Amino acid sequence: MRAIGIILAGGNNNKMRELSNKRAIAAMPIAGCYRSIDFALSNMSNSHIQKVAVLTQYNAKSLNEHLSSSKWWDFGRKQGGLFVFTPTITIDNSWWFRGTADAIYQNLSFLKNSHEPYVVIASGDCIYKLDYNKVLEYHISKKADITVVCKDMPASEDVGRFGVLRMNEDARIEEFDEKPMVARSNTISTGIYVIRRRQLIELIERCAQEDRHDFVKDILIRYKNLKRIYGYKIKDYWSNISTVEAYFKTNMDFLKPEIRDYFFKQYPDIYSKVDDLPPAKYNPGADVKNSLISSGCIINGQVENSIVFKKVFVGNNCVIKNSIILNDVYLGDNIHIENCIVESRDTIRANSYHCGEDGIKIVVEKNERYVL
Amino acid sequence: MIRKEMIAMLLAGGQGSRLGVLTSKVAKPAVSFGGKYRIIDFPLSNCINSGIDTVGVLTQYQPLRLNAHIGIGIPWDLDRNIGGVTVLPPYEKSGNSEWYTGTANAIYQNLDYMESYNPEYVLILSGDHIYKMDYEVMLDFHKEKNADITIAVMPVPMEEASRFGIMITDDENKIIEFEEKPENPSSNLASMGIYIFSWKVLKEALITLSEQNACDFGKHIIPYCHEQGGNLFAYEYNGYWKDVGTLASYWEANMELIDLIPEFNLYEEFWRIYTKSDRITPQYISGESNIEKSIIGEGTSIYGKVYNSVIGSGVTIGKGAVIRDSIIMKDAEIGDNSIINKAIIAECSVIGNNVELGIGEEVPNKLKPNVYAFGLVTIGENSIIPSNVKIGKNTAISGVTKVEDYPDSILAGGETLIKAGDRR
Repeated sequence: MRAIGIILAGGNNNKMRELSNKRAIAAMPIAGCYRSIDFALSNMSNSHIQKVAVLTQYNAKSLNEHLSSSKWWDFGRKQGGLFVFTPTITIDNSWWFRGTADAIYQNLSFLKNSHEPYVVIASGDCIYKLDYNKVLEYHISKKADITVVCKDMPASEDVGRFGVLRMNEDARIEEFDEKPMVARSNTISTGIYVIRRRQLIELIERCAQEDRHDFVKDILIRYKNLKRIYGYKIKDYWSNISTVEAYFKTNMDFLKPEIRDYFFKQYPDIYSKVDDLPPAKYNPGADVKNSLISSGCIINGQVENSIVFKKVFVGNNCVIKNSIILNDVYLGDNIHIENCIVESRDTIRANSYHCGEDGIKIVVEKNERYVL
Repeated sequence: MIRKEMIAMLLAGGQGSRLGVLTSKVAKPAVSFGGKYRIIDFPLSNCINSGIDTVGVLTQYQPLRLNAHIGIGIPWDLDRNIGGVTVLPPYEKSGNSEWYTGTANAIYQNLDYMESYNPEYVLILSGDHIYKMDYEVMLDFHKEKNADITIAVMPVPMEEASRFGIMITDDENKIIEFEEKPENPSSNLASMGIYIFSWKVLKEALITLSEQNACDFGKHIIPYCHEQGGNLFAYEYNGYWKDVGTLASYWEANMELIDLIPEFNLYEEFWRIYTKSDRITPQYISGESNIEKSIIGEGTSIYGKVYNSVIGSGVTIGKGAVIRDSIIMKDAEIGDNSIINKAIIAECSVIGNNVELGIGEEVPNKLKPNVYAFGLVTIGENSIIPSNVKIGKNTAISGVTKVEDYPDSILAGGETLIKAGDRR
């Protein structure tokens, strides 16, 4: 492969509410068995990119645990491999990552010491499958300086949280508004970019000299008319999970057979850390309808239209509807949960009632668990 | 110099012919068990959990699946710089090449492998038992007793004792005599086929008996060491241990996993069982399905009803299908409205629509009454069963079968239907 990869996984925002107290968005559990960053990592691996840097900053513990071994994504290589970079204090820098461009600048040696001519930049909070080689071929054929992977969103969707762009007939990007109040198009940037390595080094260095730190604002938008920046449209499934509503919807999408087939069965696979949990167990009283149940679960109650992550215990006479139960949750007997996301590793007391009345309720109880 | 205190030699070359069509294309240790595991996962996980990081796996019969499963040992953390797992097939020598003719002969042919690790002790295991055991505790016992050989034994009901190798011990657990499958057993301590040898004793015995035809641990090596006046001790084990050598015991051991609190508990944090998981995705349970008292593997799609069953990963169960008391292995597909009663369906098999398994009265199998018994329907891997047929009890089917193979669309109880061809 002619490219190296950079995954931006440092981000956080308050739209994730309590869910981001514990982890970076890139470590959010998805579809029962994955974490959000698995999609970018697997796409890199499946595109034969052998050398990948993950840039993390905010609350990286959970992400670092997930990335403790790189073999699951086939990055356990002598040549290249997976590198996780967190901000460090050095002689000439004592800043945190002040923005996406600054994060790359602080790890510029990774780019400088590589020999591959191109760089694929992706973010850790998007759910999709993409062969980056196709974007790279397009990038070369357009003689572009930067190629931005973009997607047309349905007219009904509010695109105000994305970078919204407009292209000319040749697909060159003419307008680019970051998180606009009023969007003038429904084509958005997916946060995936292809750029020549030397070009990136040059832009990032100039950016740093001018004390600018943001890749979108200070490179894409600022250089829009000076550099040849092109858009590459994708039509397949793509979803960004960085609000609670989007996170909930993305998970629920996996109850649709075509989405499940696309991610679970069609080649290539999405990889994740293997947990060595036993098969899910259904005891008398279990009544599961239209749900995803992961390995290590023990089900004694009723589950409907829900996503149940790994190693969840559902007690007798529980009713779980239209909810997401994250991994390693213990639900005592007679619990009613509806329209909720239950935070991972929590213990919910027997006979309790949780219902998201308008919108999704996030259940965080932090009860002690008594383990024999 | 490399020095390992104890290395393990895992005998995984046997066919396991009493498992009938289940082992027609794979060695017994590679047969699926408990939804996502294979039988060999249990001794391999025991090894790593006991701190043994050097394991030689001796293969001979149909090793492809076993080799693919073990790979370089990543799932068990047996990918090591020094040691780790090594698959040891029989190999050609400059003179007198032979297959592995017996358990001890197989170990003898790999003396060089063992020698290269300079072990003090060698643990001999077989790849066909389901149990969790800390071999380190057994080794402590071996050292404490200053034994030459320690044999793991477990008490069995007196009436079953005649099926096993029986050890007769004194108060100190020292073995004073043994009986191989005795008619009138004088003890109920059965050998579990797990031995710890002090390396020097093992090496000496293997070399001395190297000319012995089909040299076997139970029949030759252990009696020889006993005659030589060696210190043989019995290490009594009282946990769960199951030989899954027959279809009935294989079926039973699987069914024991679905009890409310199983005696053999896979859900304990302590002493995990590891396996190669090629699937990690969750299972989808549809709106029309109903599942009770079952365990179900990863990536399975269930549109029908499942009761008292063990379902492997990647299985699809069609709409209106009803599965009871059955074992369905990896990637099998069950058609719509099929009724499956007390069947073992091996990997990648396809059952058509409206098929009924396990009908009618129980009659003994005509071909192999001792193998296909217990009222089970056994279907080998990669088989195809056409739609709209009915199949009786104590039957076995393997290969690609067509409607013409079933007179009046029925395979009567006790019949065996072996056809050529694979689903893929």
